[in-house]
Amino acid sequence: MPLLEVRSISKRFGGVRALDGMSLSVDEGEIVGLIGPNGAGKTSFFNVITGILPADEGEIFFQGGQQSLRGLSSDKILKKGLARTFQNLRIFKNMTLLENIAVGMYSRTQSSLWSAFFRTRRFHVEEKKVFKRGMGLLDLMGLANQGNEIAANLSYGNQKRLEIARALATEPKLLLLDEPVAGMNPSEKEEISNLIRKIQKRGIAVLLIEHDMKVVMPLSNRVVVMDDGKKIAEGPPEEIRKNPRVIQAYLGEA
Amino acid sequence: MLALFPLLDRNAYHLDLATGVGIYVILAMGLNVVVGFAGLLNLGYAAFFAIGAYVYALLSLHAHTPFWIGLPISGVVAMGFGFVIGLPAIRVRGDYLAITTLGFGEIVRIAFNNLSAWTGGPNGLLGIERPKIWAPTWKGHFGFELISFGVSALPYFYLVLVLIAVIAFFLFRLMDSKFGRALVAIREDELAASCMGIPVVQIKLCAFGISSFIAGLAGCVFAAKQTIVTPDSFDFILSVLILAMVVLGGMGNIWGAALGAVVLGFLPEILREFAAYRMLIFGVLMILVMIFRPQGILGGQLIRRELTRPIKEGS
Repeated sequence: MPLLEVRSISKRFGGVRALDGMSLSVDEGEIVGLIGPNGAGKTSFFNVITGILPADEGEIFFQGGQQSLRGLSSDKILKKGLARTFQNLRIFKNMTLLENIAVGMYSRTQSSLWSAFFRTRRFHVEEKKVFKRGMGLLDLMGLANQGNEIAANLSYGNQKRLEIARALATEPKLLLLDEPVAGMNPSEKEEISNLIRKIQKRGIAVLLIEHDMKVVMPLSNRVVVMDDGKKIAEGPPEEIRKNPRVIQAYLGEA
Repeated sequence: MLALFPLLDRNAYHLDLATGVGIYVILAMGLNVVVGFAGLLNLGYAAFFAIGAYVYALLSLHAHTPFWIGLPISGVVAMGFGFVIGLPAIRVRGDYLAITTLGFGEIVRIAFNNLSAWTGGPNGLLGIERPKIWAPTWKGHFGFELISFGVSALPYFYLVLVLIAVIAFFLFRLMDSKFGRALVAIREDELAASCMGIPVVQIKLCAFGISSFIAGLAGCVFAAKQTIVTPDSFDFILSVLILAMVVLGGMGNIWGAALGAVVLGFLPEILREFAAYRMLIFGVLMILVMIFRPQGILGGQLIRRELTRPIKEGS
């Protein structure tokens, strides 16, 4: 049974069909690359899955659940184990790195407003746990000694890492990465690739939007190609490379 | 240190003024929760202040409810209205929220003005009971006696001071918790906060409720001090004034809001000798502050967590 199963999602913006019966599935622990030319609808697809955009048609099933995720709010979808990053960075710039990550852990902590007011034992235990785990995640990202730094002061590459760390803090089963290496140099790209492999080893499946074929192809177990809001091809990376429809979508009619 | 103020300055007028400013401080700290932390523009804050004041006034006149019982009830009723107004209002954003709350503020004031049977209309409600406390006395033998606050502002000054301390204490605890972080995250980027699992509507509503509760407390104290409430004490200008205090002091900073209230509360008195030019100077000063320190007097101090040494541990 797939971890995520998206069945023929459609989304129209006025007359434009951003998503036109798009289907996709991700298995447990798998890395799936989602590629396609600009405007193919990849980010819209992410936005529909994570509840930012309401879908017009179609259903989204997660972890074999009977109830579709469609129509749930973003925070409820996250709580089910679906976290994401954004194409153009959306970290909390005026918060520290640790605070950014602590926000990610909001849905995984139980303490109530009252326990915050009256500082119950549970509150202290939980806060300690949150910041310890936060340090662990920063360590994984190579940002361990910058925990109290304001996020806005980080370099672009480190901000991207922080965003991934924040998504991991939510304890996801599936991580949706929207162009994680955009604007990075080759060595940074290599580091992020290794990081994504590490994430996979933790048992987290990854759905990855990326334009850089040198990154997507070696990383992905499977690649899905989108064009005009539809899936036009799907298969192992080697096959996708040779697929004439994919080449046509990228390069236009010969 | 502030507690010594009445000993240093025996002028009754100054003490009365300081107590009034103290009520402004409570209001500014309360509004700061919504405007400063959650980034929601509320232009009808005076309405919650008014509700608190009228709730205690009505309780006192009809049920002879003591102040100390009226105080939490005023807060809770104001909070209830905060939820009722917040629920539809929070779904609209930015300018629209400002207009919705502005409308609510005016509706409440006009309602109090026109519900003459209940609120006395424009004449307001008179004869509200002052707070009473059990004070130690010495009449040949040691004992306790129920003493009512008098015309002097002195006991009110200390009452307000204690309230400010308690509210600030709980607000600091609130901000240094997952709720505080969630509020700041919503202000920073609502969409990202929602995608990181923050129940945005619920958190905003909580902020609205807490903020209204504080306004309700302030209203109750105000009513008990004045012993009279009239609708024109709670006009739109008051909402704007409190907002100006929060912005001037530094949005999102608890002491900043308090400082803004102190500055804007005393400034008109300090400028009194300029008579007719008073409001002009007041306006110019506000503009200058906004030009040279747009983040407010204490703004820009970002919340930093104290971690003496980073925990080096893999996960």
